[in-house]
Amino acid sequence: MNSEFLETLWVTLKLAISTTAILVIIGLPFAYFLAYSKFKLKPLIEALVSMPLVLPPTVIGYYFLVAYSPKYWFGHWLGETLGIKLAFSFTGVLIASVLFGLPFMVQPLQNGLLGLSDSLREAAYTLGKSKSVTFFRILLPNIKSSVITAVALTFAHCIGEFGIVIMVGGSIPGKTKVASIAIFDEVQSMNLDIANRYAFVLFAISFVMLTIIYSVNKKHETWKMI
Amino acid sequence: MIQIDIEKTMISSQGRMVLEVGMQITSRELVALFGPSGAGKTTLLRILAGLIKPDKGRITVGSTVWFDSSGNIDLLPQKRNIGYMFQDYALFPNMTVEENIRFAHPSNNRKEVRDLIETFGLAEFAKRKPSGLSGGQKQRVALARALARKPSLMLLDEPLSALDAGMRISLQNEISKAHHLFGATTILVSHDMSEVFRLAGKVICLENGKITSTGSPEKVFSDTSISGKFQINGQIARIEKQDIINIVTVVTGHHIVVKVIALDADIENLHEGDHVLVFTKAFNPMIKVLHR
Repeated sequence: MNSEFLETLWVTLKLAISTTAILVIIGLPFAYFLAYSKFKLKPLIEALVSMPLVLPPTVIGYYFLVAYSPKYWFGHWLGETLGIKLAFSFTGVLIASVLFGLPFMVQPLQNGLLGLSDSLREAAYTLGKSKSVTFFRILLPNIKSSVITAVALTFAHCIGEFGIVIMVGGSIPGKTKVASIAIFDEVQSMNLDIANRYAFVLFAISFVMLTIIYSVNKKHETWKMI
Repeated sequence: MIQIDIEKTMISSQGRMVLEVGMQITSRELVALFGPSGAGKTTLLRILAGLIKPDKGRITVGSTVWFDSSGNIDLLPQKRNIGYMFQDYALFPNMTVEENIRFAHPSNNRKEVRDLIETFGLAEFAKRKPSGLSGGQKQRVALARALARKPSLMLLDEPLSALDAGMRISLQNEISKAHHLFGATTILVSHDMSEVFRLAGKVICLENGKITSTGSPEKVFSDTSISGKFQINGQIARIEKQDIINIVTVVTGHHIVVKVIALDADIENLHEGDHVLVFTKAFNPMIKVLHR
């Protein structure tokens, strides 16, 4: 039982760390695009990115299950050509989790970039610096607090994710069973003692993450950054 | 020699305005772009820097074409070898004074960076971040940083507008020094007449997107048809009526206030805010025989 407890926590952490790492890599260029592009369809993309904020996770989970299903072309193609089965697998949950966490990563980064004066970017250009040098040496270091906020928020949110994980991954111990699902299972089976332990761990992680966010954003109104 | 011939439609707070400018600037000259706010001065500077694309026209610097709408040429700001000083200085907050200048230097040459720091008297706060500097210090860092790339064209966007009078004079000297020392062709945006007089060899007046006059500051700002011995330029700050006369207060530069007595007929054409020439013929030369 103790090993199952640790195994579930490990799956939870593995999912949160992988999701956050992937989102940092995707989120930075994406936030840059959303902050500075004059692309006409940008509001459409922004709306799509923010959908997880308003949609019930079960809705997104449901669409993922449909997409992964071998009955439809995408899932069929995955199974036939690549031999991959995503439904009820860790990878399947990870992909859904990345998409679901996108607004929590992108929005603070985008707001951070928009909060910088345009002249910083322009000054670097007039000094002969390329866009990538400007991004890594000027923009990124000056939105450090936004980066920390984005990472902590994405991580904390992912740790507590329930609906999408149970829809896409089911609750397979050691594979897709995460702490939030375990709490539900244990309460159903009246194992309140174990549920209590899970709850405490989740509570502590979220509390630490939010404390980090608030302390790096002392000077700003934190929720504006989100 | 810089040849500029461009057109750009701008949407400003006063509505649509067409910036239409044709001008030539000689190498190593210090030129002031003078005019009221909203005249298109900053836009013109940003067009030269490559930060704004004109609708049509051509910009050539020496033998290099920077922009040509017919040939579809639009050199990136990175390729223009300019030094641009922004109104808000745009110092990088994550870097110290020294790092700001070193970042700008193309080959990161420590001695040259050190020399720039010395030249602009920045040594004692070289290790400080911009947030710990005063406005005047920031301005000097911005100037040094813009020069680090050894630009062939310096563009200064109202560099002194945020500073108080005393600081202005000392920094005008810094700009003048930089121009003499580095010899880069310099274009300075200003709406301060005394600044233009002190710094520029040539002034280009811009109003509503069009050049209204160009020449030396003395020629542009003075009406040479008046053969006064003593004349100063200024702006009317106040017109007060006292009994049968009027007192016109004229402010020149930042320090001098001249009060001029005027009759009702004289003030008919004067309004507060007008740029005026105050002159007197009181010092006419006299002639007297000494020997025969």
